[in-house]
Amino acid sequence: MNLDAAPSILGAIVVTMGSMAICAGIGIIIERFAYRPVRQHSRLTSLITAIGVSLLLEYGGQVVFTANPRFFPQMIRSETYTVGPVQITNQSLLIIVVSIILMFGLEFIVHKTKIGKAMRAVSHNLSVAKLMGINTDFVIAFTFALGSALAAAAGVMVALAIPKIDPLMGLMTGLKAFVAAVLGGIGSIPGAMLGGMIIGLMETWIGSTSYSTYRDAVAFGVLILILIVRPSGIMGSTTTEKV
Amino acid sequence: MSLTRKVIYIAIGLVILLGLNQVFEHGLGDFQINGYYARIVNLIGIAITLAVSLNLINGLAGQFSLGHAGFMAVGGYSATYVTVFHGQQIAGLIGSSLGEVAGSALVMPISLVVGAIAAAAAGLVVGVPSLRLKGDYLAIVTLGFGEIIRVIILNIPAVGGATGFTNTTPITNFFWIFSMAILTIIIVANIRSSTFGRALSAIREDEIAAEAMGINTTRYKVMAFVISAALAGVAGGLSGQLFANPLNPQNLNFVKSIEVIVMIVLGGIGSITGAVFGAATITILPEALRDVDRQFPGMRMVIYSLLLILLMIFRPQGLLGRKEFSLDWFRRKKAAPAPPAAGGDTDV
Repeated sequence: MNLDAAPSILGAIVVTMGSMAICAGIGIIIERFAYRPVRQHSRLTSLITAIGVSLLLEYGGQVVFTANPRFFPQMIRSETYTVGPVQITNQSLLIIVVSIILMFGLEFIVHKTKIGKAMRAVSHNLSVAKLMGINTDFVIAFTFALGSALAAAAGVMVALAIPKIDPLMGLMTGLKAFVAAVLGGIGSIPGAMLGGMIIGLMETWIGSTSYSTYRDAVAFGVLILILIVRPSGIMGSTTTEKV
Repeated sequence: MSLTRKVIYIAIGLVILLGLNQVFEHGLGDFQINGYYARIVNLIGIAITLAVSLNLINGLAGQFSLGHAGFMAVGGYSATYVTVFHGQQIAGLIGSSLGEVAGSALVMPISLVVGAIAAAAAGLVVGVPSLRLKGDYLAIVTLGFGEIIRVIILNIPAVGGATGFTNTTPITNFFWIFSMAILTIIIVANIRSSTFGRALSAIREDEIAAEAMGINTTRYKVMAFVISAALAGVAGGLSGQLFANPLNPQNLNFVKSIEVIVMIVLGGIGSITGAVFGAATITILPEALRDVDRQFPGMRMVIYSLLLILLMIFRPQGLLGRKEFSLDWFRRKKAAPAPPAAGGDTDV
C-alpha cells in the first residue's frame, strides 16, 4: 500500500485489522491441531506443547523470513507534542489510546456478552460447562482467535514504536507479557494492563540509569518479588485449592 | 551389594574409563579416533549429566523447571574461574604433598566440586521462593531466574562479560565427563529407589495427598531442586573447560534449557534410560542436520519445536515413558514372550 511514502490513518487501520484477522486465523488453526489433541492430557503436556508452538512460530518465521531485521513502514507521520515539561509523540499517544480501547473492548466481551460468560464458565470448570450445553470447543477456539488478534494488534503497535522487526521480536516481549499478567493478577483485564504499564515504566527507568545492562532482568525480578509477596497479583483474587 | 563387591565394581569401572580415556585422548597404537567424533561423544556425556539431573526435578518430582541453563552457567563459570585463577595454586599445593601428576590431575575435580557447590547455592536461592508455585508459574519463574543469572554474568567483567570467558585451558577429558555422567545416573537412580524418591513420586502424583500423608513437600522439592542444580553445575564445569573458549552467556540462555527439556521429553519424562537416550539423540541430531541448519538458520529449533508438539500429541509420555533399561528385559523375554506395556500412564 506504499504506506512509507504516504502515511495515512486509514492505511494503518487496514493494516492492523488485516494482521489481526490473519493472526486470529492462525490462532484457530494452532488451537485445532496442537492444543485440542492434548487437552485431555495433563497440564504439563499442554505447557510443553505451548513452548513448542511458540518456538515453532518464532524460529519458523526465522527460516521463512530470515533472521535479518526489516523496517516497518512509518504508517503515521511522527509529530511531537509538548505540554509543559512533558514531550510525547502522536504515535505513543495513539498506542496508549488504542490499548485502552482494546482493554475496554475485551472487558466488555468477557463480562457483558454471552460468549464471554461461556468463556468464564469454561475457564472455571470445563466439564461442567460442557454439561450445561456450552460448545466448549467453539468457545476455546474463539478465545484463541481473540487472544491471537490482540497479540497481533500489540505487534503492530510495537512495530509502530520501534520500526525494526524480526521473527524473534516477540520472544522476550511474550515472556514479559506473562509477567505483566501475573503481576496484575491472572484473570483480571485491567490488572494485566496495570501490570504491563508497571513493567514497562520500570524497564524504561532502569534503562536510563547506570544499571541499564540489567534491563532484561527487571521484569523477572519483579515477577519473583510479586510471587513471594502476593502470588495472586495486584488485582487478582486469592483462590484456595479444593481437594 | 556388599562393600567389597562395590569397591571391585568401582575399580573395574574406573579402569575401563581410564582405558577408554587413553584411547579417546591419545589413540591406541596406530588407531586414532577422529577428533570430531570424539568431540561428539564428549558432548553426549555432558548432555547425559544435564538431562539426567533435570529429570530428577522435572521427571521424578514433577516440577517443571525451565532454568537448567542458569545453573549450568553458575557451575560452569565458578569451576572455570577456579581453574583459570587458582588452578596453578591448587596444583602446586597438592603437588607438593602428593606429587606433581596428582596435583595437576586433581584441579579438575576440585573445580567441579566448587562449581557444584556454587550451583547448589544458586538452586537453593531460586528453589525456596519458586517451588511454592506450580505448573506454568513455576516454569516461567525458573526461566526468569535463569535469565537473571545470565544477565548478572553478563555484567561481571572478571569472567569476560558479554564476550565470554576467554583464556580458559581445556582440561576436561573423556574420563571426567563419563565418570560424572555415570555418577549422576547412580545418584539419581539411588534417589529414585529411596524414601526420598518415593516422596518425590508422591508429590508428582498428587501434591495435596502427599502433604496429607505427612510428606514435607516443600523440603523434598527444594532438596531435589538443589541436587539437580548441583549436578547441572557439574555439567557446566565440564563443558566450560572442554574447549579453549566455550563459555558465553549467549549460549546459556533459556534456549539451552529448552534443549535439555526436549531431551527428557523425547526419552520419557521420569525415565533415566530415556534421559540418556534423549541426550544422545539431541546431541547427534544437530550434527547430522548441520548442513540444513547452515542453509536455513533456525531450522534446528524448528525441528525441536515440531518434535515437542508431535510427541505431546502422539506420545505424551515420551518414547520410553517411565520404563528403565534393566537386565530383566532380556530375562523376561525368555520366560514370558509379551511383557506388559508399562508406559501407558500419561498423567505426569
